[in-house]
Amino acid sequence: MSDNPATVGGGRIERLGQWVDDRLGFSGFWKAHVSEYYAPKNFNIWYYFGSLALVVLVLQLVTGILLTMNYKPSAAEAFSSVEYIMRDVNWGWFIRYMHSTGASAFFVVIYLHMFRALLYGSYRKPRELLWIIGMFIYLVLMAEAFMGYLLPWGQMSYWGAQVIVSLFGAIPVIGEGLSEWIRGDYFISDITLNRFFAFHVIALPLVLLLLVVVHLGALHQVGSNNPDGIEIKKLKGSDGIPLDGIPFHPYYTVKDFFGTVVFFIIFFLVVFFAPEMGGMFLEHANFEPADRLKTPEHIAPVWYFTPFYAILRALPEKLMGVIAMGGAIGLLFALPWLDRSPVKSMRYRSVISKVMLGLFVISFLALGYLGLMPVTDFYTLLSRIFTGFYFLFLITMPWWSRMGSHKNEPERVTYASR
Amino acid sequence: MQAAKIWAVALLLGLAGLPSPALAAGGGEGLMQQANNDLENVNSLQRGARNFMNYCVGCHSMQYVRYNRLATDLGLSEEQLRDNLIFGVDKINAYVTTAMTREQATSWFSAVPPDLSLTSRSRGVDWIYTYLKSFYLDNSRTFGVNNKMLEGSSMPHVLWELQGLQTAVYRDEAVMEDSGKESMVKVFDHFTLDEEGSMNPKEFDGFVRDTVNFMDYVGEPVKIKRQKIGMMVLGFLLVLAVLAYALKVEYWKDIH
Repeated sequence: MSDNPATVGGGRIERLGQWVDDRLGFSGFWKAHVSEYYAPKNFNIWYYFGSLALVVLVLQLVTGILLTMNYKPSAAEAFSSVEYIMRDVNWGWFIRYMHSTGASAFFVVIYLHMFRALLYGSYRKPRELLWIIGMFIYLVLMAEAFMGYLLPWGQMSYWGAQVIVSLFGAIPVIGEGLSEWIRGDYFISDITLNRFFAFHVIALPLVLLLLVVVHLGALHQVGSNNPDGIEIKKLKGSDGIPLDGIPFHPYYTVKDFFGTVVFFIIFFLVVFFAPEMGGMFLEHANFEPADRLKTPEHIAPVWYFTPFYAILRALPEKLMGVIAMGGAIGLLFALPWLDRSPVKSMRYRSVISKVMLGLFVISFLALGYLGLMPVTDFYTLLSRIFTGFYFLFLITMPWWSRMGSHKNEPERVTYASR
Repeated sequence: MQAAKIWAVALLLGLAGLPSPALAAGGGEGLMQQANNDLENVNSLQRGARNFMNYCVGCHSMQYVRYNRLATDLGLSEEQLRDNLIFGVDKINAYVTTAMTREQATSWFSAVPPDLSLTSRSRGVDWIYTYLKSFYLDNSRTFGVNNKMLEGSSMPHVLWELQGLQTAVYRDEAVMEDSGKESMVKVFDHFTLDEEGSMNPKEFDGFVRDTVNFMDYVGEPVKIKRQKIGMMVLGFLLVLAVLAYALKVEYWKDIH
C-alpha cells in the first residue's frame, strides 16, 4: 500500500467496480431501491415490521439450513435427530431455539405488519396488488409453518397434522381422496413426513422468496403509504423529489437497524430464557415422540393458527367450519375493495371506523385465545360471537367505512423533528 | 404518534401475556406439589444421578443422554462416573439405556416403561415430584399399589423401602348433580403413612427432589448455560441499542 491508498489501491478497485457495474447495472439498482428510493419521513413504530419480517426471513433461512445438516426426515429418526441437535451438536440447541422462536416471531411481525395496513389503509388504491401479494405471502407462510411443525415428529406435530389434513376430508366428493393425496398414505406417516420436509425446506421457501421480491417490487413501484395516508408523490420539489420524502438509505437503514436491535432484544429474551414460552412456542406434548395409537387429551395448533381454528370449531358442522375458516382468510384478499372510506388513515377516519377496528382486533385476539382452550359450551358461545363479529366487520365494511364524519387529510405529512 | 405507540405496546403485551393451556397432566389436578428444585445445585444433581442409576435405570432409559456428558456437566471424573454411576456398560460415551428388553417389559408390566429423557419437559418437574410421592396401597392392582397422579399406572412403588407405604384417605363431599339433587361422593383428602420406610418424610422429599432435579437437568442439559449466555447476549444488545439509537438520532438531525 502506498501513502495514499485512496488514489492508488482505491483507484484500481474503483475501476474494477466500474467494469462490473457497466455490465451489471448494480449502482442503478441501488439508487432506485435504496439510496434514492424516497420514503415518507413520518413513519412511526408500525413501519418497523416490514424490515423486521425480512430480518426474520433471513434468520429462518440460515438457521433452517443449519438444522437440515443434522435433521433426519424419517419417522424412525426425526424425533431422535432433533434431540441429537439439542444435545450433541455444538450450539445445536441455539440454532434450534432460534428457528422455533423465529417461527412464532415471524407471525408476530407479520400480524403487526398486516394490522398496520388496516390502521393506515395501506391496501387502498394504488396498493391493492401489494396487499394481495402480501396475502399470498401470509398463505405460504402458514403452509410453511404447518409443514415445519410436523418435522420434530412429536405428539403435537403428529396429531396437529392429522387434524389439519383431515379438514380436507370435509370437502364433498373429492375430500377423502384429497387428504389421502396430501398425506400420500392412509394416515400421517413416514411418507407424509418426507414430503412435508421437501415442501418445508425447498419448495415453499423458494415461493416465499419470490413473493417477497415481487412484494418489494410492487411497493417500490407505487411508493410507501404513511401514517397520514396521503400520497407524498403528489407534492414534489423542483428537483422532482417528493417534499416529504427522504432517501431510504441512510435514514431508514439506520432507523431500521435500531428497530432490529430492539427486536433482537425481545427475540433473544425468548430464545435464552423462555424458548418454550410456557408451551406456546414449543408445546409440552411435543416432547413426546409421535405415537399413532395414543391421541393426546387436548390437541391445539400453535398460537398463530388458533384464531382460525376457533372459527373452525365455532361452527356446528365440519364442512361449514372449513368454509368459514377459508372465508375468514379469503375475505381479507378483498379488503382493498371492501373499504370505501373517503380517507385512508385511521387518524382521520370516523369514530365508527375506529371502534370497528378496535373490536376487530379484540375479536381476533379473543379467537386466538379460544382456539387454544378446550371446548366447553361457554367457550363455543364466545367463539361464535367473535366469529360473527369477524365476518360482520369484513362483510359490512363497504357500508360502515363510509358512515360517520371524517376529518380532512392534511396537505403535508405530520412530522415533528426533535 | 403517541397513541400509535401505546397501541403497539398494548398489542405486544397482549400477545405475550396470553395464558397458556395447563401442562398435559394425566389426572391428579389439585394435588400438584412444587418440586422447588435447583439446577445450579451440583450436589443435588449428583445425588439425583445416583438415585436414578440405583432405582430407575433398571426399567427406564434416558436414550438421548450420554454417560460422559453427565461427567462433564455434573463435575465428576471418569473414574467417579465408572465407579458410581455406570453399571454393566463399557463405553463411557454410551447412551443411558436400560438392560430390560421390550419383550420383558411387556410380559412383566404389560407396558414398556417410558423413556425419561424428556419427561421433565412433557410433564413438568412438579408433576414428576408429586407422582413419585403419590403411590398408595391398592389391593386391586397387580403390584398392590396405585398412584393418585396417574390412576391405573402399571409402575410398582419402587421407592417403598425408602418412603414406606401410604394409604389414601377420603372424605365425603356433597356435589350437585345435573338434576339438581345433592349426592355424596368420596374425594381424596390425604395420605397416611401405614408403614414407615427407612427415611422420614422430609428426607424422602429431599430424595425425590434430587431425582427430579436430575431429570430436569437431563430434559435440557444446556439450560443453565443457556441462561448465562443469554445474559451476555442481552448485555451486548442493550449497549448496541443505545449506540444504534444515537446513530439514528445523529442522521435524523437534518430532517425537519
